[in-house]
Amino acid sequence: MLSEFLQYLFTGITIGATYALIALGFTLIYNASHVINFAQGEFLMIGGMTTVSLTAMGVPMLLAIILAVLLAGVFGILLQRFAIAPAKQADVVTLIIITIGASIFIRGLAQLVWGKEYHVMPNFSSDEPIRIFGAVLNSQSLWVLGIGAVLVVALVLFFTRTLIGKAILATSMNKEAARLVGIRTQLVLMLAFMVSALLGSIAGVVVAPITFTSYDIGIMLGLKGFVAAAIGGLGSGVGAVVGGLLLGVVEAMTAGYISSDYKDAVAFSMILVVLFFMPRGLFGAKVVERV
Amino acid sequence: MLNQFMQSRLRGLIVLAVILYTIPAFLSNPFHYDLATQMAIIAATVVGLNLLVGFAGQISLGHAGFFGLGAYFTGIMTGNYGWSAIPALVVGGILVGILAWVVGRPILRLKGHYLSMATLAVGFIIAIVINNESQITGGPDGMPVPPFDVFGWELSPFGSYSLFGIELNGSQAWYLFAAAVLLVAVWLAQNLIDSPIGRALRSVHGSEVAARVVGVNTARYKSLVFVISAIYASVMGGLYAHFQGFITPAVASFDFSIVLITMVVLGGMGSTMGVILGAVVLKLLPQVLTHFQEMEAVMFGLILMLTMIFMPKGLLPTLQMAVSKRLKKRAGGQA
Repeated sequence: MLSEFLQYLFTGITIGATYALIALGFTLIYNASHVINFAQGEFLMIGGMTTVSLTAMGVPMLLAIILAVLLAGVFGILLQRFAIAPAKQADVVTLIIITIGASIFIRGLAQLVWGKEYHVMPNFSSDEPIRIFGAVLNSQSLWVLGIGAVLVVALVLFFTRTLIGKAILATSMNKEAARLVGIRTQLVLMLAFMVSALLGSIAGVVVAPITFTSYDIGIMLGLKGFVAAAIGGLGSGVGAVVGGLLLGVVEAMTAGYISSDYKDAVAFSMILVVLFFMPRGLFGAKVVERV
Repeated sequence: MLNQFMQSRLRGLIVLAVILYTIPAFLSNPFHYDLATQMAIIAATVVGLNLLVGFAGQISLGHAGFFGLGAYFTGIMTGNYGWSAIPALVVGGILVGILAWVVGRPILRLKGHYLSMATLAVGFIIAIVINNESQITGGPDGMPVPPFDVFGWELSPFGSYSLFGIELNGSQAWYLFAAAVLLVAVWLAQNLIDSPIGRALRSVHGSEVAARVVGVNTARYKSLVFVISAIYASVMGGLYAHFQGFITPAVASFDFSIVLITMVVLGGMGSTMGVILGAVVLKLLPQVLTHFQEMEAVMFGLILMLTMIFMPKGLLPTLQMAVSKRLKKRAGGQA
């Protein structure tokens, strides 16, 4: 009983931490530009797939990971610079379609480079699982949780202690005013996309040994991250983390106790319930509209 | 001059009818006819979706869910329960409309991307149910659907018919029927746009607060148009199922939802003729791009991005603007 429950909990928290990182990436871009970036999942894919192929070429794992994350960061900058920035006066809907186009494009490139197969990535440390009260904890889960926690703390420090972080916050609050006080908002937007890409690709790397990785892994993970961000309240950092963990745990419990066929329906049912009863999400701010 | 001509809705409808019924002159084999029929049915779906996107300023990321629900409802009722096609399409449309109302009513009070999230969720849940309940839906393998029928008369792509003494094969007959359906869909949509409901909707798109201040019940109108666009999708899904004779969960998939919304934005939000062009272009593009083989997805994504970056208003409005600018320039040069 207990061991079963713990098992599902471990699974849920691990995947939930991944969702939380993706959701944070969504939130960051949404706050800075009000764009829902449908290419967010592709950053995960770039992270995981690049690490796999670099290690296969004999690059040491740590270096491979760093290079993969940097590559994703470059893609984030390119996305903002060449796809979002030129379409300045476009509707938000149009911008969303542009990110969808970008995700199809990136996925197409990935398929050219890596093919359609699933790729296996080894655990960061030992393959020996840890046993707690009869439940098995994959050692990689600890990596996911640890790195997730470090990233969240780093983000908090980044936004409260650094000038660049504060500039991003200022831009997300009021772009015009931010520009007036001398913040280069285009640069800030580029940074927001880059940081978001870094977050996504790190999530993609740490979770790859558990879920495996393939050129199209970003679609479902990206959407789940989007749902997690919405459950927490679109735009809220705390909400993204809580929403991600909550979604992961509920999903794992449903798969374990009810039906694994309907595992993927959990996220989408949750978002409907949240929208019906708490339309701003769990932590969303009440928006007062100025006319 | 050209603009006035394009904007007049009756003329627009006539132009569309002339185009639709001259197309057969350029089609040579059943494959072309089948592609054109698919285009017409999907274009009619997109005309419905455009009411929501272009006139109420809301995005649906799950419209394929409604399309798929209509397709499967019709397929199951006519295939397993012996219903005739018309009642199946009507009842399916009503049920999907009720579903859209239940989902949309509470959510459309909110501003922002909430409807897109909700529709994304509903679309996914519908697709997952269709995939999993294989004893009713055939699961991922799909299910056969009987041909379209009216009072015992059947319209099948494999039949042969004669109209005013002209011999038609099944594909040709289906195309003529689908083109008529598209014309009716456009006519209904244009009437809605020019009705008081349409004016209220445009005011919602312009400034929701201003609309509310002058007494427009914005939430009611928005849910009404959401329901109408869902019914469009459901009925067209049903017709598509009859035409294809076989449906798979792909008709309800997220990918297809994205295709539908992309057709609207690519063609030109708010322009009925524009979104039809969007449907045609997006349906033709993969046919053209198959020549690129493994580069297909890359090219598709690239073209989509570039078009939206350089023509953010969509294909037709951008073309119209370019044409009228040139006409003005010429008129100015002569004066």
